[in-house]
Amino acid sequence: MSSPALANESAVDNYRTYCTQCHGLQGNGKGVNVRDMSVQPRDHTDAKAMAGRSDDDLFKVIKEGGLAIDKSVLMPPWGDTFSDEEIHELVQHMRTLCKCKYGKGG
Amino acid sequence: MIDAVKIFLGALVLSFSALANVAAADGAAMLKDDCAACHNLVGPAPVTLKAMWGRKGPDLFYAGNKYKEAWLVQWLQKPTRIRPAGMFYANHVKPGAKADEVDAATLTVHPVLGESDAKAVAGELMKRTARGDLIKQGDYQTGSIALSMGEMLFDKFRGCLACHEIEAGYGGRSGPELYTAAQRLQEDWLVSFLRNPQAWDPKTFMPNKHLSDTDVQKLVHYLRALGAEKK
Repeated sequence: MSSPALANESAVDNYRTYCTQCHGLQGNGKGVNVRDMSVQPRDHTDAKAMAGRSDDDLFKVIKEGGLAIDKSVLMPPWGDTFSDEEIHELVQHMRTLCKCKYGKGG
Repeated sequence: MIDAVKIFLGALVLSFSALANVAAADGAAMLKDDCAACHNLVGPAPVTLKAMWGRKGPDLFYAGNKYKEAWLVQWLQKPTRIRPAGMFYANHVKPGAKADEVDAATLTVHPVLGESDAKAVAGELMKRTARGDLIKQGDYQTGSIALSMGEMLFDKFRGCLACHEIEAGYGGRSGPELYTAAQRLQEDWLVSFLRNPQAWDPKTFMPNKHLSDTDVQKLVHYLRALGAEKK
C-alpha cells in the first residue's frame, strides 16, 4: 500500500479519473482508449453481463487486475491507487451503472 | 594609452558578463512569469483528484531528474503533442459514433520559444532536482531487446498499449505517447517511475503493475529501440 494514506475520494470522482479512459465517459465500455484494443473493455451498463459477476469478483478485478479473474491483462491492477474502501464503493457505483445486482437484472 | 586599453577591455568583459547574467535571469524570470501558470515548479505533487484535474501541464519541480536537457531545448522551440488527449484527459474527451473521442478543439498548444530562450529555460529546469531520493544513478542497465519481443511484452504480456501509443495513431490515448519517450526522459527516471508511479505522483492514473525488475529493464530497452526506429 502507498504511504501515508491519502483521503478517500468519492466513487464518482474515482470512476471518472481512472475508469473512463477505457470504460468510457458513460461506462459503456467505449472509452477513448478502445480503438486499438485486442479485447474490448466491459460495458458496465450491460445489466446481463454485470449480473453474472459477484461483488467479490468485481472487487478482485479492480484490485488485482484482469488476469486475477481470467480476463485480459489490459485491465490493470489498481490496488496501489485505491484503498479497499474506495474499491468497495466503486463496486457499488458499478451496480448503479448497470441497475443490477449479482444474480438479478438484465 | 595602456589605461585606456584596460578600461576598454574591462568594459568588454563587464558587458559580456552582463549579457550572460541577463540570459540566466531571463530563464528564471520566464519560469516564474510564464511557465508557473501551467506547471508546478515547486512541488509537492497534488494529493487530491480536484487538484490533479486542474493540472494544465506536467509537474516540473523534478524536471532535472526526469527530462533530457537536449530534448527540452529542441522541444520548446517546436512543441509536438505528447498527450493525444491533453491534460487532464477526461476534460478533452467527448462521446463519439463508435467510442469516446478526443475533442481536438479543446486541446491547448504549448508556447513556442526562440533558441536562446529555450536554452535558458531548459537550463533552469535542469536545476530542479527534487525527489532525488527516488533515483539511483545506473538503475537502468544498458541493454537491448528485439523490437518484436519488446512490442509483445508491451502489448500482449503487460497491456501497456491500452493507454499508450507506440507510434502516431496506434495505441491508447489517455496516457502520453511513448514513441518519443527515450528522447524525452532519462532512463534512470523511467526505471524509478515504472517501479512506483505513485511515489512521483500520488494521484497518477498510471497503475502500479508490480513489474519484475527484468520487465522494467526490458521495457526501457524497448522504449529506446522505439526511439531509434523513429529516426
